[in-house]
Amino acid sequence: MKLTVNGEALETAVTTLAALLAALDYEGDWLATAVNSDLVHKARRAEFQLSDGDRIEILSPMQGG
Amino acid sequence: MFELLGTTLSSRLLLGTAQYPSPAVLADAVKASGTSVVTVSLRREMAGGRAGEKFWSLIRALGTRILPNTAGCHSVKEAVKTANMAREVFGTNWIKLEVIGNHDTLQPDVFGLVEAARILCDDGFTVFPYTTDDLVVAERLLAAGCNVLMPWCAPIGSALGPVNLPALRSMRGHFPGVPLIVDAGLGRPSHAATVMELGFDAVLLNTAVAKAADPVGMARAFGKAVDAGREAFSSGMLEPREVAVPSTPTFGRAVFS
Repeated sequence: MKLTVNGEALETAVTTLAALLAALDYEGDWLATAVNSDLVHKARRAEFQLSDGDRIEILSPMQGG
Repeated sequence: MFELLGTTLSSRLLLGTAQYPSPAVLADAVKASGTSVVTVSLRREMAGGRAGEKFWSLIRALGTRILPNTAGCHSVKEAVKTANMAREVFGTNWIKLEVIGNHDTLQPDVFGLVEAARILCDDGFTVFPYTTDDLVVAERLLAAGCNVLMPWCAPIGSALGPVNLPALRSMRGHFPGVPLIVDAGLGRPSHAATVMELGFDAVLLNTAVAKAADPVGMARAFGKAVDAGREAFSSGMLEPREVAVPSTPTFGRAVFS
């Protein structure tokens, strides 16, 4: 399955959003995720099925003014 | 102590967390300033390093309240989505709402700001809108559900200080019961003291501290200036006079002739 993760093309065999985060070593409560511009809450990541062509945003805290 | 939207804060200074020379200096500056609210942002997590996780651990250890921002958003849609993702990560309904309208001045798009504020307020957010000193926009933001306003006093990062004091004074006068926080454009502690003397409830700044030669010392200086300005406002300042008035009593002077 071909995905776009934070603007980068990625080919993966994982099928859920939680599995994708695990594969990328992004586990924990310090991230927010969106698929095709819609927020996917933490609690829904395990059941959220990814589809070919999905655009995923993984955001984390950073410095801000 | 300072009561802001039902929350008791120990300082009237809100501090940004960007542009410090190192995480250690950031932490020391936050402590030296006395602030109890820091602003943070959200960005794409880049592969490897878990930089976001490390930063978040540092911020949580400071024990301050968190005010996430929507910095860099140029549309209502971007700002609303970013706010929702910030709520997910930071676990707070507070959001510093920025909808930028001009690349050069980083001036807020006030039309988009009002629209985004309405959407977010309806969705349970406590919106801190980064706005201008325009009174009509301020009224629209309040009508949209905002209970606090954050006017700029000069462009973000400019360090110009309050470039339009009459406008700020007018804003304070028009909205006596609304918490007003000057956000953006402060360069020196005296700028912060000046707007606090006008009766503003607090100031939010970042660059003036982070880019100082000694950010920790400057953070401390800003903390003192904010306190001094507020205490001066509360103590009733003398109005300027155009004539000299002797401060030493004139009666009972000796006569030497």
